[in-house]
Amino acid sequence: MKAYSLFSLARNAMSYHRNWQRAWRSPDPKKHYDVVIIGGGGHGLATAYYLATQCGISNVAVLEKGWLGGGNTGRNTTIVRSNYLLDASAGMYEHAVKLWEGLSQELNYNVMFSQRGLLHLAHSVHDMQEIGRRGNAIHLNGIDSEFLTPAQVKEMLPIINLDCHYPVMGGLLQRRGGTARHDAVAWGYARGADAAGVDIIQNCEVTGMRIENNQVVGVDTSRGFIGAGKVGSVAAGHSSVIAEMAGFKLPIECYPLQALVSEPVKPIIDCVVMSNGIHVYVSQSDKGELVVGAGSDAYNSYSQRGSYDFIEHTVGPLCELFPLFSRLRMLRQWAGIVDVTVDRSPILSKTSVKNLFFNCGWGTGGFKATPGSGHAFAHSIAAGEMNAIAAPFSIDRFNTGALIDEGAAAAVAH
Amino acid sequence: MSQSCRLDSGGRIDRSKVLQFTFDGKSYTGFKGDTLASALLANGVKLLGRSFKYHRPRGLIAAGSEEPNALMQLENGAYTEPNTRATCIELYDGLVANSQNRWPSLGFDVGAINSSVARFLPAGFYYKTFMWPASMWMTYEKFIRKAAGLGVSPTEPDPDVYHSRYATCDVLVIGGGPAGLAAATAAAGSDARVMLIDEQSEFGGSTLGAAAVPEVASWVAASTAALAANNNVTLLPRTTVTGYFDYNYLTAVEKVTDHLGPGNGGTAPRQRFWKIRASRVVIAAGSIERPLVFADNDRPGIMLANAVSTYINRFGVLPDQNIVVFTNNDSAYRTAVDAARSGATVTMVDTRAEVSAELTRVLQQHKVKQFTGHAISSVQGTKGVKAVRIMPLSADGKSLQGQAWEINCGIVANSGGWTPSVHMFSQSGGKLQYDNSIEGFVPDPAKAKRINPGFSVGACNGSFATGDCIAEGAQAGRQAVEACGFVASDVAMPELTDALNDTGMGGIAALWLVPTVHPVGEGPAKHFHDFQNDVTAADIHLAAREGYLSVEHLKRYTTTGMATDQGKTSNLNALAIMAEIRGAQIPEVGTTTFRPPFTPLTFGAIGGQESKDLFLQERHTPMHQCHVQNNAVFEDVGDWKRPWYFPHSGEDMHAAVQRETLSVRTDVGMLDASTLGKIDIQGADAAEFLEMIYTNNWKKLAIGNCRYGLMLNEHGMIFDDGVTTRLGEHHYHMTTTSGGAARVLNWLEEWLQTEWPEKQVYCTSVTEQWAVVALNGPKARDLLATLSDIDLSKEAFPFMSMREGQVAGIPARVYRISFTGELAYEINVPARFGRQLWETLQEAGKPFNLCHYGTEAMHVLRAEKGFIIVGQDTDGTVTPADMDMDWIVSKTKPDFLGKRSFLRSDTARDDRQQLVGLLTTDPTVVLMEGAHIVQEIKDAPPMTTIGRVTSSYMSPNLERSFALGMLKNGLARKGETVQLSLMNGDAVEALVTDPVFIDKEGVRVRG
Repeated sequence: MKAYSLFSLARNAMSYHRNWQRAWRSPDPKKHYDVVIIGGGGHGLATAYYLATQCGISNVAVLEKGWLGGGNTGRNTTIVRSNYLLDASAGMYEHAVKLWEGLSQELNYNVMFSQRGLLHLAHSVHDMQEIGRRGNAIHLNGIDSEFLTPAQVKEMLPIINLDCHYPVMGGLLQRRGGTARHDAVAWGYARGADAAGVDIIQNCEVTGMRIENNQVVGVDTSRGFIGAGKVGSVAAGHSSVIAEMAGFKLPIECYPLQALVSEPVKPIIDCVVMSNGIHVYVSQSDKGELVVGAGSDAYNSYSQRGSYDFIEHTVGPLCELFPLFSRLRMLRQWAGIVDVTVDRSPILSKTSVKNLFFNCGWGTGGFKATPGSGHAFAHSIAAGEMNAIAAPFSIDRFNTGALIDEGAAAAVAH
Repeated sequence: MSQSCRLDSGGRIDRSKVLQFTFDGKSYTGFKGDTLASALLANGVKLLGRSFKYHRPRGLIAAGSEEPNALMQLENGAYTEPNTRATCIELYDGLVANSQNRWPSLGFDVGAINSSVARFLPAGFYYKTFMWPASMWMTYEKFIRKAAGLGVSPTEPDPDVYHSRYATCDVLVIGGGPAGLAAATAAAGSDARVMLIDEQSEFGGSTLGAAAVPEVASWVAASTAALAANNNVTLLPRTTVTGYFDYNYLTAVEKVTDHLGPGNGGTAPRQRFWKIRASRVVIAAGSIERPLVFADNDRPGIMLANAVSTYINRFGVLPDQNIVVFTNNDSAYRTAVDAARSGATVTMVDTRAEVSAELTRVLQQHKVKQFTGHAISSVQGTKGVKAVRIMPLSADGKSLQGQAWEINCGIVANSGGWTPSVHMFSQSGGKLQYDNSIEGFVPDPAKAKRINPGFSVGACNGSFATGDCIAEGAQAGRQAVEACGFVASDVAMPELTDALNDTGMGGIAALWLVPTVHPVGEGPAKHFHDFQNDVTAADIHLAAREGYLSVEHLKRYTTTGMATDQGKTSNLNALAIMAEIRGAQIPEVGTTTFRPPFTPLTFGAIGGQESKDLFLQERHTPMHQCHVQNNAVFEDVGDWKRPWYFPHSGEDMHAAVQRETLSVRTDVGMLDASTLGKIDIQGADAAEFLEMIYTNNWKKLAIGNCRYGLMLNEHGMIFDDGVTTRLGEHHYHMTTTSGGAARVLNWLEEWLQTEWPEKQVYCTSVTEQWAVVALNGPKARDLLATLSDIDLSKEAFPFMSMREGQVAGIPARVYRISFTGELAYEINVPARFGRQLWETLQEAGKPFNLCHYGTEAMHVLRAEKGFIIVGQDTDGTVTPADMDMDWIVSKTKPDFLGKRSFLRSDTARDDRQQLVGLLTTDPTVVLMEGAHIVQEIKDAPPMTTIGRVTSSYMSPNLERSFALGMLKNGLARKGETVQLSLMNGDAVEALVTDPVFIDKEGVRVRG
C-alpha cells in the first residue's frame, strides 16, 4: 500500500493524479479462507482489518452483497461517544473511542474523527436524575464526564433557546465525544484490510451456509461456494437471514430509523447536541450541513424509508431548541434499517454452530462502536472465545436474563 | 445603464411596476413578474456567486429550481435566508440580496486561491492528508469548516409563522405544464376532487418560457381558467411537491407570502406545508435540461439553452448581444431562433455532423451561423465569458482536430439533452429504465409501485412534444379519475402548427464529455458536471482509478449530486462518464436513490404551526389556575405542569418543601393528584385480565376495595405501579403513574389486541375525566368530615377502600389510599368540579392548618415511608424481589406477565442490586441522586460500583438527611457502612438501613 500524505498528494498532482493506486483490489474469491466475514460494513471491514493486522490471520475474505459501507455505515448521523451507564457498554464504547483517537493514523486514511464534544441536555427533574446517575457512572468508569449548568450550556452553545418549552435544566458533557466521517471509516478499513491481504469481494451475496457435524465449513454465495475455517456474520439487519441459513433464530427485530441534513451553512453549532427530553440530535458536518437524527418507526420493516411523521416530530423540536434554524432548509432525508435486540445492546457471540460467530444487533448505536466492535470481534474469532470486552454481549444473556438494558436503565435512546 | 439587457417589449413582466432591489449593496431595478435572477440578468449582472470548493466565479445556469450556482443570502437580520436560488425568488420591492461564500467581495475573493492550487485538491484529497501531527486535526478542521458551508445561518429567531394542513383528494396532479393541465382537466368536471400543484407562480410549465405560440398560450389560459372556476379543483401555484411516500401520501410546500417580501404577508403564514393523501396521482413533473461537460463550462455566461430562451421569452431579457449556442440535440435550435429574433448575433455549434436540413434552413432564415460536427475546445474569460474557441470533433467524439475558430460572445447557451424528472415516480417505489432514444432514464411502467400507482406523463415520461404531453396527460387524467369511480371530461386539443416549437428535444447524439486537446484533467481547464460542489470529469476518472466504482461510492467520494440542487443537472452526466470509463452501459452503473425532498424544504414549514406555544402543548389540571394564584412553582411531568412547591414570600425551594413536608405529618396537606393515570376497565374477563397484568391476586378483591399492584414487563422487570379499585362485578378503576399513563394503556391494549383478543375487556383512559385532591395528614378525616356526607369512621370506611358520596356538595368517589403513610383520602370528582373542590377545601381547611404541597414534598413524604417511585427508584432492570416486594408476587397464580423470566438464572440471582435506606454519617449531607456506592474508595477512577442513590432528601420529620438506593446484595447488608465516591473526588460514608423510616407498623395510615 502506498501511503497517503501531503507529499504523495503533491507528487501525484504532478502526474495529474494518474498514478494513484486502487484503494482496494477487486479480487475473485479464492476456494477457501481461514475466516470469511459476511458483510462489508464498517464492523465487518474492521473485523477483517484487525484479524489481518493484529491476529495473524490474513487469509480472510469479506463478502458484501452490495457496495462497501452501503448499510448503516453510510446512513448514520456519525456520532461517536462512550458516555454509557452500564459497565459492559462503557467497556465496549470506551474501547472504541480509544481506537477512534488514533484511527486516522492507524489506517493512514483521514476518518476526520473530531472530538468536538457531545452535550446531553436535561429538561426535567427526571432528566436531571438520569444524567446525574449516568454522569457518576461514567466518571467512575474512568471516562470523561462533566455536568454543566444552564449558564454553562449557553456559553458553549450561544444559539440555544434555554427557555424552550421544557427549559434546559442542565447538561452532561463528554468532551471526547464527537463525530467522524462515516464513509471514510468503511473505506479506510477496507484499504487497510486489503493491504494486509484481505480479499474484499463486493456484489457477492451469501445464499447458504454449509455446516458439517455442527461445524461451519463454508458459505454458498452468488459467486459459488467459498470454504471457510471460521465464519463471522456482521450483517446487521440481515443477520436473521444468515442465522436462518445456519438453522437458528436471533432475538432481533428491524425498524427503519431516519435522519436528515440541512443545506450547508457557515459554522453555527460546534458540538454535538442530544436532547432526549424533547428528542433533538444535531451536529454540524465539516461541509456545513446540520445532521439531524430522527426516531425509529414503531413498526418492523425492511424498507429503507420511514414514516413521515417522524421527520415532523424531529424538526419541530429542533426549531424549538434552536429557533434560528427555522429558516434553514432540509436538503435530504433517508432511513436505515436498525437491528434491535430486546435489550437494545448488541450481540457478539459464539453460536450453537462451531466456528460460526455473530456480531449484530447494534440497533441505533453501531457506528460509534465500529473500531471497538471490529477489534473485539476479531480477537474473539481468532481465539475461538469471546474476549473480555465482547463476553457480556453473548447471546446467552437472553436465556440467563443478564441483559444489558441501557435504554431501560437510563430511559434514553442510544 | 439601468436594465441594459432588457428588451423593449415582450415577456410576462409588468413594465408599469418598477421594483427596487439591491445586490451586494448596489441598487438595481426590475419589474413585477421578474425573478431576482431575471432582474439581475436584465441589469447585465452575470457574476452572482462563488463555488463551494475552488471559489470559481459563477453565474446563472438555469431559470428554474435546478439552479446550482446562483445562491443568495436573501435579506438581513432575522429574515435572512441562506442558499436561496435567485431563479426561485420572485422579485419584490426593496429586496436585499447578497452573494455568498466569498471574502472580502464577490469580485475579489481570497478563497479563489483554492482554484490556483486546485491541482492539489482533487476529489477526496482530505482523506489523504491533514493527519499529521494527529493533534492538529481539530485545528485544520476549524479552517476547513470556515471555508465550507455556503451562506450564513440566521442568528435570531424566525419571526415568521408557518402552517401545515392535511388534505385528501381523488386525483393529485404534480406539475401544471401542458401534460398536467390536460390531466387535471380530464379528471375534473364530475364530482372528483382534483388538486393541481406547480412550483411556479403561474400555470403553463415550460410553455411560459418558450416563444409564444398563440394556440398553446390560449389553451393554457383557457384550461387554467376552467380549472380555477371548478369548486372541486384546488389549484396550488408556488407549491412544490417535495416527497412521495407510501400509499400515495405526498408532501408539498406552498410559498404563501414569500413573494411579498419579509413582513408583508399580513396574517397569512409565510409557507404552508401540505400533507396530502391522494387516491390517484398523475406525475407531470417535466424534465430538466442538462449541460454539456466541456472545458471551463462553468464560466459566468454559460447557461442552459432553455434558460436563455426563458429569460428572453418570459422576462424580456436578452443577456448578451453575442450568443453561441452549443448543443447535441435539436431543442437548442429554438434558443438560437429566440436570440436571433431578439436581435442577437448568434452562432450555432452543433456536435452532430448531421443535422436536419429543415433546422439548417431555419437558422439561415434567422442569419445564424452554423457549425456542425464542432465543439467548444476552450472558453476565454474568468468572471464572464468573452469568447469561445471551437474545433471540429472527431467522428468518435473522443478528440478535437483541425481548424479552430474563435467566436466572441458573452453567453454560451448549451444543451446536452433533457433529463426526465423521475424523482416522484422513483420515490413512489417505481423502477426506471434507460431510453436510448432520448438518452435518459424514464419510468418503467411495468415496475411502478404495486398499489394505486402514479401515472407519469409528458416530459417526465420522456415525451417532449407539446401535443404528446397533452395527449398523455388527458389519457392519464381520464384513467386516474375513472379508477376513482368518476366520469372523465374531454380535453380539447390546441392546434399545433409551429413545427419548431413542437418537436420536443428532437434527435440527440450523446456526447457526455466534450474533449479538449489535452487528456481529461491534464489541461489547464476543468470540465464540470456538478457545478455547486465543484466536481469535474477528472474527479470521476480519479474515483474510478481508485476503485470507487459503485455509483454510491462515486457520489460519496466525489460529492457529485450532493449539493443543494441534489444533482438535478449533474447526475446523468456523472453516471454516463463513469459508464464510459468502465466500458459499461449507463443502466449498469445504475442511479443513486432519489431522496425527498425534491427541493430543499424550510424547517419551519415542516414543523408547521406546532411551534412556540403550540409545540408539545402543556397539559393543565382543572385546578391549575388555583395553583397559579397560590404562587406555585411548576414542574414538568410528561406534558403536565404540576405544582412542584408553593413558596411563601421569602421562602426558597428548600424552606418551602421542608415546611410542606412537616405540615402534612403534623396537620394536613392537600395535593393536586389529578395527573395520576386513570384507566376504566370493564368486561366479563376484567378480573382475569388483571390477574395476568399484575403480579398479585385480584379475583377475590371485594367490590369497593382497593389494592396496590405492580406491573412487570416480559423480562420480569417492574414497569408501572398503582392502586386499582373494584367498582363492580366486572368493573375496575386502575391508576398508574402520571408519566406512565399512556404507556400503560398502550401496554394493556397491545396484550388485549395481539395476544388475548378473545378476552372481553375494554379499557378507557379517564385521566382527564376526574379531578383528584389527595388529603393527607392526621387531620384529614376531621377536615373531610366538615364537607362530606360519607361515614368516615375507621370501621365504616377502612384503609384501602372506596366510598361514594358528596364532598362539598359535589358527587365524589373517595379512595382511602395513601402515598405518604399518613391518614389519607383521595377525593375524585368530575373534572369540571375540580376547581370548586379545591377552593372549598382550601377555605374549610383553614381551622386545620391545611397546607398545599407540591410534588417535591410528596417525594420526600413517600420516601420517608419507603414507598418507591417507578422510574426513579426503579429503572427497567429491577424485579419485585430487588425492591423487597416479594410479598406482592403471587406464588399460586399459574401465570402473569413476567413470571417466566423469574426462572432465568440472572434474574433469580439473590445478590442483585436491592433497595435499601441510606443514612450518611454526617446527617447534614444530602447525597446527590445518582451518586454511586463503590466497593472501595480509590484515589481516582476507575472504581468498581456496587450501588447508587435513587432518592435523596433532607427530612424535617427525621430531622436529618436520608436516602433510598440500590445496593448489590443490599437486603443482606443492613447495618453495614458503605462508601460513596462523588464527582468532586470526595468520599462519603453511609449506613445501610431499612428503606422505611417512618411508621413501619402502619399505625398512622390505618388510624
